[in-house]
Amino acid sequence: MSDIILKAENISKQYRLGTVGSGTLRDDFKRSWAKLRGKEDPFLKVGAVNDRSQKSTEDYVWALCDINFEVKQGEVLGIIGKNGAGKSTLLKILSRVTAPTTGVIKSRGRIASLLEVGTGFHHELTGRENIYLNGAILGMTKAEINSKLDEIIDFSGCERYIDTPTKRYSSGMTVRLAFAVAAHLEPEILVVDEVLAVGDAEFQKKAIGKMQDISQGEGRTVLFVSHNMASVKSLCTRGILLEQGNIKLEGETDTIVNDYLNLSSAEFDLKQRTERSGNGKIKINNAQFLNRSNKVVQVISSGDYLKMRVSFDVNEEDFEHLIFGFSISDVHGNLKAMTVTDEMALNINHLINRGYIDVEFSRLPLRGGSYNIQLVLSENNTSVKNHLDVIDNALNLKVLEGDFFRTGKINRRYNALVLDCNIV
Amino acid sequence: MAEHDEWLYEINSKQPLLAIDFKEIWRYRDLLLLFVRRDIISAYKQTILGPLWYLIQPLFTGVIFTLVFNNIASISTGGAPPFLFNLAGITMWSYFSQCLNNTSNTFASNAGLFAKVYFPRIISPMSQAISALFKLSIQLFIFTCFYIYFVLKGFAISPNYTLWFFPFLLLIVAILGLGTGMLISSLTTKYRDFRILIGFATTLLMYVSAVMYPISEVQNSKALSEYTWLIELNPIAILIEAFRYMTLQEGIFNWGLLGYCGVLSLVVFFMGLIVFNRTGRNFIDTI
Repeated sequence: MSDIILKAENISKQYRLGTVGSGTLRDDFKRSWAKLRGKEDPFLKVGAVNDRSQKSTEDYVWALCDINFEVKQGEVLGIIGKNGAGKSTLLKILSRVTAPTTGVIKSRGRIASLLEVGTGFHHELTGRENIYLNGAILGMTKAEINSKLDEIIDFSGCERYIDTPTKRYSSGMTVRLAFAVAAHLEPEILVVDEVLAVGDAEFQKKAIGKMQDISQGEGRTVLFVSHNMASVKSLCTRGILLEQGNIKLEGETDTIVNDYLNLSSAEFDLKQRTERSGNGKIKINNAQFLNRSNKVVQVISSGDYLKMRVSFDVNEEDFEHLIFGFSISDVHGNLKAMTVTDEMALNINHLINRGYIDVEFSRLPLRGGSYNIQLVLSENNTSVKNHLDVIDNALNLKVLEGDFFRTGKINRRYNALVLDCNIV
Repeated sequence: MAEHDEWLYEINSKQPLLAIDFKEIWRYRDLLLLFVRRDIISAYKQTILGPLWYLIQPLFTGVIFTLVFNNIASISTGGAPPFLFNLAGITMWSYFSQCLNNTSNTFASNAGLFAKVYFPRIISPMSQAISALFKLSIQLFIFTCFYIYFVLKGFAISPNYTLWFFPFLLLIVAILGLGTGMLISSLTTKYRDFRILIGFATTLLMYVSAVMYPISEVQNSKALSEYTWLIELNPIAILIEAFRYMTLQEGIFNWGLLGYCGVLSLVVFFMGLIVFNRTGRNFIDTI
């Protein structure tokens, strides 16, 4: 098919672990020696699979391993995966910041990347001068920028400051200006990485709108990398799920996103969980759902009795007033409900010493659906520096439609709460 | 599926030795000019004296050199006024050292930029050589002013016919500075040792480059006769001498030696270019 605009064949990327030192010098010599004798690079044969949490005995690691894919003209391809799955490495190779260790990427169009907006901004130059500089760095000619200057300034909403050095700008304004330049690029292929995470709500809306215009209205090809599944779902037509440097799944956005979310909530072994924050004075080591007879359950019906038991390892005893909280989100990461013990004026220190906390629902107020639960343990207040242990997606709860109001009627399935209230 | 070979470009793990896409560099010519503008504008922003610093630096160096080398160490500068003699040396030397230093820092100082976007990396050292040209022209202007001043004071100095070669002389200096700088810049990305080395190496190099003394002085000196070749074959010394011969009639001007400089510069430049291109592809992984 001739409408394939980008094609990646056997892309791999190898990285060396550890620091640069005499070891790297020795390897460099070995490598050049092999090259001089016309042999293959000896270090291409070694290298472990890229699993960040496992201790490795090898010095080399494959960040990407034999990646093959094609992108069609006008397609918006979402690339998702956990931290360290190889997304950014792939984008770096695509935007020619670094070269692949093996493989070829063929492209029919110019690629411009928005790996991070505001690249090349010089804080001593004025906004206007930076538009020219940034535009040229991103591959525009002076004439192109001239013709779009008014549009760019208008989009950024920084007209008043346009002749002021950017070092006087607020960080939000810098980002607005930078995104405005980038959004007016006209490459055949645009590579976007998480830019939507910046700016205020109004600007984010503007930015997503512009992205949609670019992809739908103008038929441009976009490669989009994000952790925000909602925007991936709304923008992308197709997706690639990366896992440890390999393509795990390729296809419809919905299937990819669902697979990814299951992937991230599938790890229930909280003791081994490395994606957590907090100072670790107390660590959550287990969490499970129990029914009325203390049997572990995975699936529960709406309106049924449910007990969530969260157990801890106490590493340091000298804590003050403890706070426990949990929040319930749907699988897209939208917050649905939360409860924190300080609002209830509860002292839970003795519960921690017991080793576990039970959260009891006599009637579970969730409608049918799938929910992820975040657990938070904190000291005195819930500011980040006082966090003891915070685990996102600690648990996944599957709820079946049930009879919450005990009326014999099954309530509707929807990722939301059932509110118990009086209608008078 | 039939393979159409109509790809715009390929990103390949392998690359020919000297892959320079001139068409691409031409497409980025606006960026080159903007970089030059940025360097010039931002160099002395928020200073009171501004571009005057370009005047002050060589002037004071010239005065100190004259005091130390001519008045205290009494090095002969032939018929030329010592201050002008030193100024000529400093002007050429500072152009070379600026090209060298700025280029050798290319990867380190642009790491943030290179890590994010692609453009032909060669644009960066090219812009350095051009913005250094701006500084050079200011220094040449001072040189001319003092030249006229000394002529009016009655010194018998006059430029000679070889002055037509001056632009080519500059080109050789620029190419030599760029080439050496590119070689070093590639080494510094992985092994920072070179960054420390280059700092004092350039200072040392200045002393063997006939900046504040004529080559003839070294040749006449008995004590140094074993090391004369070090200066005689030093391309920068030859180029500085040639510049002084053009303007002050003092020094050695030899087409053979200049030819040697030209060839050497080209060799260094292309070696630098090859290494620079190779490094540019992957340096972000090692810096």
